[in-house]
Amino acid sequence: MKHIISVLVENEFGVLARVAGLFSGRGFNIESLSVAPTLDPAISRMTIVTHGDERILEQINKQLHKLINTIRVIDFTGQDRVEREMALIKVSAEEDTRAEVLRIADIFRAKVVDVAPRCYTIEVTGTPGKVEAIVELLKPMGIRELVRTGPVVLGRGPKVVEK
Amino acid sequence: MKMTGSKILLECLRLEGVETVFGFPGGTVINIYDDLVDSPIHHILTRHEQAAVHAADGYARATGKVGVVIATSGPGATNTVTGIATAYMDSVPLVVITGQVPTPLIGNDAFQEADIVGITRPITKHNYLVKDIQDLCRIIKEAFFIARTGRPGPVLIDFPKDIQVTSANFDYPETVSLPGYKPTYSGNLRQVEKAVKMILAAKHPVIYVGGGANTPDAARWLHQLAETLEIPLTTTLMGMGAFPKKHPLSLGMLGMHGTYYANMAVTEADLLVAVGARFDDRVTGSVPHFAPHAKIIHIDIDPTSIKKNVRVDLPIVGDLHDVLEKIVTQLAEFPEEMKRAREETASWRSRIAAWKESHPVRYTPSSLVIKPQFVIEKLRELAPDDAIITTEVGQHQMWTAQFFDFSRPRTFLTSGGLGTMGFGLPAALGAQVAFPERRVIDISGDGSFQMNSQELATLVQFQLPVKIVILNNNYLGMVRQWQQLFFQRRYSQTVLEVPIDFVKLAEAYGAVGFSVSRPDEVEETIRRAFDVPGPVIMEFKVEREENVVPMVPAGKALNEMVLSS
Repeated sequence: MKHIISVLVENEFGVLARVAGLFSGRGFNIESLSVAPTLDPAISRMTIVTHGDERILEQINKQLHKLINTIRVIDFTGQDRVEREMALIKVSAEEDTRAEVLRIADIFRAKVVDVAPRCYTIEVTGTPGKVEAIVELLKPMGIRELVRTGPVVLGRGPKVVEK
Repeated sequence: MKMTGSKILLECLRLEGVETVFGFPGGTVINIYDDLVDSPIHHILTRHEQAAVHAADGYARATGKVGVVIATSGPGATNTVTGIATAYMDSVPLVVITGQVPTPLIGNDAFQEADIVGITRPITKHNYLVKDIQDLCRIIKEAFFIARTGRPGPVLIDFPKDIQVTSANFDYPETVSLPGYKPTYSGNLRQVEKAVKMILAAKHPVIYVGGGANTPDAARWLHQLAETLEIPLTTTLMGMGAFPKKHPLSLGMLGMHGTYYANMAVTEADLLVAVGARFDDRVTGSVPHFAPHAKIIHIDIDPTSIKKNVRVDLPIVGDLHDVLEKIVTQLAEFPEEMKRAREETASWRSRIAAWKESHPVRYTPSSLVIKPQFVIEKLRELAPDDAIITTEVGQHQMWTAQFFDFSRPRTFLTSGGLGTMGFGLPAALGAQVAFPERRVIDISGDGSFQMNSQELATLVQFQLPVKIVILNNNYLGMVRQWQQLFFQRRYSQTVLEVPIDFVKLAEAYGAVGFSVSRPDEVEETIRRAFDVPGPVIMEFKVEREENVVPMVPAGKALNEMVLSS
């Protein structure tokens, strides 16, 4: 089962390597990982998408906690949450497909952020499902390059994750 | 007061109560070694950095204090890796300080540069690269705190040469601030209440004790728990000494080379109380068949150990001393139930007694050739109760676990988790440094001994009277045993063809050596060795193809033991 986990870590040298090494060393999967500092620059927040059964997730949770630089671990699976990721898609825009590309972008409320003679770069933000959907629709037009951030997540409502 | 980085390091060590460090000098630690000349800290020069770490490890296991190592960058640092991994697997508190090339050169593939922080990340509890002299005191303070608290473990500090010569104000912090590191010491009372109920209700209870309980504090409460309810108790290799093996409730060791009665008791148990143990595969055998009828209570300070390998019915995270004390104290409130529990478990104890009777730990004695088990028995007779025994890894290690009656915590130092050949001699060295007056014996095989035999020089230099027992069968015996049992006796690369003259080897280093091959010479040789004031090698030429039994073949259930070879 797929899980989305937020990890608050001390924003220190080598922390990313510790987390990544923990996953590879113990044979856990990382589907995506995004990391950046929080409001407090001494703390970074990682969002990790992983999968495994209940036992593996319990181990991932505990092993992450065991790292000295880890402050909190929150598994958002099954919780009410806002989940977003961004993708930049460089898609062919030939004369006969250009209008269709723009139409699709419009439907997904995506933005054209770069225009070249036969190519558009589109920025789209949304749930991983939405990003997946626009990618599928753009595929027939000819996607030349694609980059995705992996999702980030916050819990819904006023409750916050404290350090 | 302004001081250089290297002086700050030594001053911090002194404030942490470090009296002895183990190490080996080199280019990037030369300033530290220069300052050591004027420092009250005692330095033991081993002949290999791996041995320095094992020696610090032996020192730490024997005393409970943090062992400290200094090594140079590059090869010095990489040589510490096996030692660090050994300590990590067995939860031994160490602080390892490695020199590093000057910070401007880091990442340039400089001479004797290795990314030791990267290399040791998965085998340390935590590690540091000192990038700024202002961080040095905090890092050292944290390193010792992390190493010795919670589930102990090794911490490495990589210390670049330019920072060692930079000056800064010396200000050692009183406390640490580690927002992400808060070990749970106090066991949850509600969980303890449930445990007490489960223990009182059990008809076939067994206590299963690991290395976490091998401290005087935990052992005392463990003793009380076992005795008040007369619960049979088995230990892992690492737990040996936490409970006296001669005690009527002791089942000895469980697992792959455990006793018949320990393995049968665990298989038939209806309650297993795991105390500071981690359900290693050498303990459980086939996991689905491990303790199939038992409810499991797992008490451990490390939450990751719980439910990692086996299902657990009642986890209790906490310091063993705290949790066991709470359990014993709560039990005392139920004298009637305790009495009833003792009565109801009487038949269980007589069943176990029958297993002990029918399948004791035994071997076939011989008057013609020395049986390795016989040597261990003689050592047990002749060594004092507080003797510290170390081993290497292999058959001799298992025979020691089976035939030596350990009765005190911290007296059996062995590489249980990583299984590191070459551990025993330097570990004995470290233990002897800690306890110059106590008898320290390294029980070894001819294969393992050669992995760190250079440490004879260190023993002689520091006049450390370690007694080395080599059970010589001219084989890598444990691998040979597996080849005999599972590979149709195809002894691939396990025959040590070159006969080594261990007496001459001892003498070459300035130590004393004895070599015997007749059973009637064994006792006399041990006595003579014990009378020598310095280090001694005792070589016993033993039965070459003796096997370690019982044996649970890998992947089999604990009750599927091979009982004789």
